[in-house]
Amino acid sequence: MIKKFDKKDEESGSGSNPFQHLEKSAVLQEARIFNETPINPRRCLHILTKIIYLLNQGEHFGTTEATEAFFAMTRLFQSNDQTLRRMCYLTIKEMANISEDVIIVTSSLTKDMTGKEDVYRGPAIRALCRITDTTMLQAIERYMKQAIVDKVPSVSSSALVSSLHMVKMSFDVVKRWVNEAQEAASSDNIMVQYHALGLLYHLRKNDRLAVTKMLNKFTKSGLKSPFAYCMMIRIASKLLEETEGGHDSPLFDFIESCLRNKHEMVVYEAASAIVHMPNCTARELAPAVSVLQLFCSSPKAALRYAAVRTLNKVAMKHPSAVTACNLDLENLITDSNRSIATLAITTLLKTGSESSVDRLMKQISSFVSEISDEFKVVVVQAISALCQKYPRKHSVMMNFLSNMLRDDGGFEYKRAIVDCIISIIEENPESKETGLAHLCEFIEDCEHTVLATKILHLLGKEGPRTPTPSKYIRFIFNRVVLESEAVRAAAVSALAKFGAQNDDLLPSVLVLMKRCMMDSDDEVRDRATFYMNVLQQKQKALNAAYIFNGLSVSVPGLEKSLHQYTLEPSEKPFDMKTVPLATAPITEQKTEIAPVATSKLPEKVAPSRQDIYQEQLAAIPEFQGLGLLFKSSEPVQLTEAETEYVVRCIKHTFANRMIFQFDCTNTLNDQLLQRVLVQMEPSEAYEVLHYVPAPSLPYSQPGSCYSLVRLPEDDPTAVSCTFSCTMKYLVRDCDPNTGEPDDDGYDDEYVLEDLEVTVADHIQKVLKPNFGAAWEEIGDENEKEETFALATVRTLDEAVNNIISFLGMQPCERSDKVPENKNSHVLFLAGVFRGGHDVLVRSRLALADGVTMQVTVRSTDENVVDVILASVG
Amino acid sequence: MVGLSQHGRLEGCSCRHAPCESEGFRSATVMTAQSCPRQHCATTMDSAALEPSLYTVKAVFILDNDGNRLLSKYYDPELYPSMKEQKNFEKNVFNKTHKADNEIAFLEGMTIVYKSSIDLFFYVVGSAQENELMLMAVLNCLFESLSQMLRKNVEKRTLLDNMDGVFLVVDEIIDGGVILESDPQQVIEKVNYRADDSPLSEQSVAQVLQSAKEQIKWSILK
Repeated sequence: MIKKFDKKDEESGSGSNPFQHLEKSAVLQEARIFNETPINPRRCLHILTKIIYLLNQGEHFGTTEATEAFFAMTRLFQSNDQTLRRMCYLTIKEMANISEDVIIVTSSLTKDMTGKEDVYRGPAIRALCRITDTTMLQAIERYMKQAIVDKVPSVSSSALVSSLHMVKMSFDVVKRWVNEAQEAASSDNIMVQYHALGLLYHLRKNDRLAVTKMLNKFTKSGLKSPFAYCMMIRIASKLLEETEGGHDSPLFDFIESCLRNKHEMVVYEAASAIVHMPNCTARELAPAVSVLQLFCSSPKAALRYAAVRTLNKVAMKHPSAVTACNLDLENLITDSNRSIATLAITTLLKTGSESSVDRLMKQISSFVSEISDEFKVVVVQAISALCQKYPRKHSVMMNFLSNMLRDDGGFEYKRAIVDCIISIIEENPESKETGLAHLCEFIEDCEHTVLATKILHLLGKEGPRTPTPSKYIRFIFNRVVLESEAVRAAAVSALAKFGAQNDDLLPSVLVLMKRCMMDSDDEVRDRATFYMNVLQQKQKALNAAYIFNGLSVSVPGLEKSLHQYTLEPSEKPFDMKTVPLATAPITEQKTEIAPVATSKLPEKVAPSRQDIYQEQLAAIPEFQGLGLLFKSSEPVQLTEAETEYVVRCIKHTFANRMIFQFDCTNTLNDQLLQRVLVQMEPSEAYEVLHYVPAPSLPYSQPGSCYSLVRLPEDDPTAVSCTFSCTMKYLVRDCDPNTGEPDDDGYDDEYVLEDLEVTVADHIQKVLKPNFGAAWEEIGDENEKEETFALATVRTLDEAVNNIISFLGMQPCERSDKVPENKNSHVLFLAGVFRGGHDVLVRSRLALADGVTMQVTVRSTDENVVDVILASVG
Repeated sequence: MVGLSQHGRLEGCSCRHAPCESEGFRSATVMTAQSCPRQHCATTMDSAALEPSLYTVKAVFILDNDGNRLLSKYYDPELYPSMKEQKNFEKNVFNKTHKADNEIAFLEGMTIVYKSSIDLFFYVVGSAQENELMLMAVLNCLFESLSQMLRKNVEKRTLLDNMDGVFLVVDEIIDGGVILESDPQQVIEKVNYRADDSPLSEQSVAQVLQSAKEQIKWSILK
């Protein structure tokens, strides 16, 4: 068979690509020769190649023309030219979705698939399965079953892989071929074994027992294919994760044994599986790390990459486990593959000592412009982690980051840098000015609105408190002149903060504000007008309330309240105090600093946990008319973890009532509990008003019962109380298998641990971005001060944490962080007391033998001050 | 990491902590209008556990030395569903890889292994979590098979002259993302394709010269 393309193609153009100037219509025209007799295999082959080439280039074929070409192509089955026939199969697969009535080739393909020519059989199966649907699959089922166990490997593999593709479409049919797949799995051919294993797993993955059996079988008998080993390792580690199997399980042993496999692919898969296991100890990691260490010096770039990437992952959680590889990693930092070099350096930054930081940073800056954004983000994250570890290095880092900020890069990359700079500023007050200056420079030419607004907000917060606030005004006002609406609005807000805090800047700010009042955008104009009027009053309290410390209500709650208000018109003005407070943002743990997939957050503002509770409680008729849910506590465990019944309690605080929600779980499969309630005996003047029992508590289905308690009204300072709790219920024994309960039951009770209500349950955390302003705003009308000695506390850190958790208030101005090597500290706490009274606490701490604490409390309500001081004492 | 509680409030976006600027709800109206950056984060390099599956290869493509597509197959319908996205991806990959022969790269959240030969670039793409060595096995098999089929002349001209064979080779190595065969010898046997071995006399002297010149040119330029 000699193939030679048309002279015309060969001579056209540069001569380098015979397909360069193909016209779809011309090719389809040519396809008419398919109908000529006798068939000219060489020319037809060439035309089919052109068609497939065009499809591959993304040329669009209309249904009619595709169908026409497809039908013409079917004639080519008369030829016995091997390559031509194979190209027909390809054409069928390519056109399966664009041409109509492709099923007309079914019989030709079935013939080829069962015929004598082994070369045709595998590809024919694959083509056939591509055009087959569920109904037609039944017709060829017999052939498929035969093909799966065929002794020709290519036929068996093709049948297995095609079956796998069809699992999605017709699971029920393919499921019936499990025995055949089982037989194929013991084939001597490595690919057949791999494919059979893959198909078996897909058919059985929902049946854990079957998967376990399958794993046992193959781990015992051993496999031939390295691919199959990789598959088995993945199945085993998934199973380990699901069953939370300990590392003494045979599955873990299997994975570990694969570290000694002769194929690098399998060794790497096993090492990677071990590294990715949750709660792996350093000892279990060691063998995996040492094989990865070997790979680091491999001549194959892919292997080095794989190894160093996995080591990087290990270094995030167990830096010490990787220290042994430091020497090998050092050799990789000059690797010609920049991805490998970057990963090696960022790993070393995590494991190395402080002294090596400068050298590594210099190395990485030599090629940072060559690497892709993904890796640049990795670098930034490594720097960010480093700054936390070695705060003294911040000047080197800041310099490096500012250079990176000037380079080109996508949004993710810039965001990572900005986040990193901001966190450095927060951690190191002395780096604030340099950091702000870099950020100012960045927003001069920043195309990302989100980053610009974020930086402007930061400038507004931090700028006024720097020694020379005036230098930031120019940068901010430039935004007002040059940017989009959102940025302009943010810039106006930032300007207002400068005006409010710096009296000497106020006149200039007012002039600028006046100009902003002529802005074309509503929001910008509104803000400018609003701030202008507030600033002109020159009242500290107004500034604090409306410029520094914004509303602390939850936005979904506000939306709901306002909606409710508009539905029920009333004479009374809308009261902000009826809106639930925003729960303080949950501290996001940034433990995984290096490559982390940022989870996609839901688009809407998610209702907070408290909003959900509010709705749940409001649905219970007994709890109508309690008003607004003020605070819900974290769940408190009232039982040990491994007991018959597991009970935890959530305390919901209302204006003058509390609801205790007991989430109970019955862990006995031979019991059904009914009418479950928790009886409470208060130690103080609290009064239990009502119990709402859980009607029924079947095995392992959590249910909730509630108790409604009235807070003592005559003594507003009685905030803490201890309840002894007993769970009471009706037991009905039942058959563990069917869950069918006996007719009779008996009453029983179960003693729970005591439940404490503390002052923290009455206070909601609120963040005041500017504590000083808020402090002035409340004034010293209800101020009280007292000094305490905390004899048992040994460090300032401990004292700070104790106070915060005891009072349940929000630390402001980052005062929860005690600077190192200091003997005194001031802690600022803010919160809202039940009933909507703002409360602020300033606590001066001094470290001598124990810790001495001077607490100053200010609040809008006198009782609240007493409550706080009484509870501390 | 104390202090991150405030970190959230520093952001000028409203995805979690809506009142991020001083006057609370007023700003929230503006801010919700703009998109939150976290929703369209590029996939980063996290490696969550991999669902055991035979679907290893996301895409395979062969480009010429200008980055033009000669052959490409995408096996994951969710990855770059449109032709435009595919070509953008190929362009991006080509730009990042054609200068240095580095064998492996990580782009747009994908692991890419590659290899070049004279004026051709071969790429195999897998997910970020994929075993890099499995992808390498596919790439090596593809390259070796083509090299055998084209009698070691792995260059654009010969490749295009035997494009039908190339399509068949790819079809034998990967089926819908599943590695069908990884041994080049097996692939060659299954394809059973003989390259254009037209005797020298059939080509004009000028053509031979031309092709020799191009080969030399590329070997120098490399």
